[in-house]
Amino acid sequence: MPVEPAPRAPTARSASRLRMTGYAALQVLLFVPTLLAFVLCAVGGALSLVVLGLPLLAIGMPLLRWTAQRHRVMAARCLGIEVPPGPRRTPPGEPLYGRLMLWARDPMTWRELAWALASITIGFTVSLAFLVLFLGIVTGLVWWYGTEPIMRGRARLDLMFLAYGRTERLEQRVAELTETRADVVDHAAAELRRIERDLHDGAQARLVALSMSLGLAEEAFATDPERARALVNDARTTTSAALTDLRNVVRGIHPPVLADRGLAGAVQALALDLPLPVEVEASLPGRPPAPVESALYFTIAECLANIGKHSGAGNAWVLMRHRDGILQAIVGDDGAGGADPGAGTGMLGVMRRLAAFDGTMTVASPVGGPTIVTLEVPCALSSPKTAPSSVSD
Amino acid sequence: MRLVLAEDSALLRVGLTQLLESRGFEILHAVDNAAALDEALADPAAEAAVLDVRMPPTFTDEGLRAAITAREARPGFPVMVLSQYVEALYARELFASGTGAVGYLLKDRVSDVAEFAEGVRRVASGGTVLDPEVVAAVMARRHEEPLERLTPREREVLAQMAEGRSNAAIAQRMVVTEKAVAKHINAIFTKLDLPVDEDDHRRVRAVLAWLRV
Repeated sequence: MPVEPAPRAPTARSASRLRMTGYAALQVLLFVPTLLAFVLCAVGGALSLVVLGLPLLAIGMPLLRWTAQRHRVMAARCLGIEVPPGPRRTPPGEPLYGRLMLWARDPMTWRELAWALASITIGFTVSLAFLVLFLGIVTGLVWWYGTEPIMRGRARLDLMFLAYGRTERLEQRVAELTETRADVVDHAAAELRRIERDLHDGAQARLVALSMSLGLAEEAFATDPERARALVNDARTTTSAALTDLRNVVRGIHPPVLADRGLAGAVQALALDLPLPVEVEASLPGRPPAPVESALYFTIAECLANIGKHSGAGNAWVLMRHRDGILQAIVGDDGAGGADPGAGTGMLGVMRRLAAFDGTMTVASPVGGPTIVTLEVPCALSSPKTAPSSVSD
Repeated sequence: MRLVLAEDSALLRVGLTQLLESRGFEILHAVDNAAALDEALADPAAEAAVLDVRMPPTFTDEGLRAAITAREARPGFPVMVLSQYVEALYARELFASGTGAVGYLLKDRVSDVAEFAEGVRRVASGGTVLDPEVVAAVMARRHEEPLERLTPREREVLAQMAEGRSNAAIAQRMVVTEKAVAKHINAIFTKLDLPVDEDDHRRVRAVLAWLRV
């Protein structure tokens, strides 16, 4: 995920006094859910050692998320800044236990817990005191001059817990980059090993066989021309097989049609090779950088191959477009659904490759279908290539 | 028959020249890049062309583009396109450039000298020759119209027709009589709604319908 711009930069006008007062009222009202969430999480967390706490956490955590997010938005509005990013999103369909583990690993969860404690004590007191001041209209002056400093103070306190600082964001980014870089290196090494193995077991072995056939044929010419002819014929068959092997290796490295026609043309070619009708729609005014193009191509190829193999779909479609600096490819089918994006090493490999470019993949595949895979990679498109056959000059 | 030959690898160009000349073809021009190819194709003495897909200057698909351009300038100009790899997409584009007189083969097929020369001859006389690899890829799309209407046996015959085989050759491969093949072919023509025409044209049209162009 790309680093968000520093949230301190004022982007929106901060809320008015009246609105801030409304927020204070809301914050007082949210005291109960926040308290409830905190208690549920604290007790649930303590009891989770004996499994009993898990249902409590299952209720408490989403509640905590919700009230924290409300406060995050209010605090950002009070300060007139963009709403800072919250906790990591948990993938839909993840089982309860997996979700809890993801929550536990996310530092934001612990920040939210700490925040809840601060919110039900200091925060609540501040908002309540302010409201009381406001309701006692006699102190109208206090309201006029006090609203902004008080509410901003409370907002800063909330955001201290609910938003990461600059250093933390950079640390997270470094951790992400380290992880994706390691993945890319692993992936590249695995690819090289695969290519080496394919060449060794395929074309290389066949060339050895070919050379043997020709050697035997050379000897047989004098004594048994009929046998020599058969050997030469064998040699020819072996050559064809070796060429087929080489073609497959080349396709696996960089498909020629991708070099010739770019992403749109190459996906069109993929679609033609599939046993079901695939509609391809592309509005790409240029070509993405070659490594991104190749990573996207192989990811789409993997998606389409999975559709052909597993989905039982009658129709599929691919939509490619570029907007707001993001190249988006959507692959859909009308099959049975229930697809698991994590299953299969092929899909994991292409996802890692995509991640190196900050690319993301989201899969929506309810049981009963349809399955829709959305791939997004931030990148710029080069200006459209001029027709390569500049034959007129 | 006078041919234009385009192939950027010197080794293959010389090889192909020898091979074709040994089979009674005359190589009018043997060129190694797209610009020279365009000039050669403008020669009115040329009767057909054998082209490589990937050539200088960009090493992408200039051979294919040159073939399509040449057929726009001279409708029905016979072109045999050779490539290190075949794509159903390119086959479709090539076959869409007018009816018949088109071939699209993997370079490896050249090793069967007799069949390759026969293929060039068939293309020059208005027929079609499609690489078995493309045929297999298109065959995999069995759910689609108009293929759906054909029986498996008829599909097999149609695939062989696409590869450019004669009735006799198809009969021999499928181990049936030529009469049986002719029967299948007539059934194919009827199912694909192809009007009565000179036999060769209907064959080409059947292949085109099957490629969905």
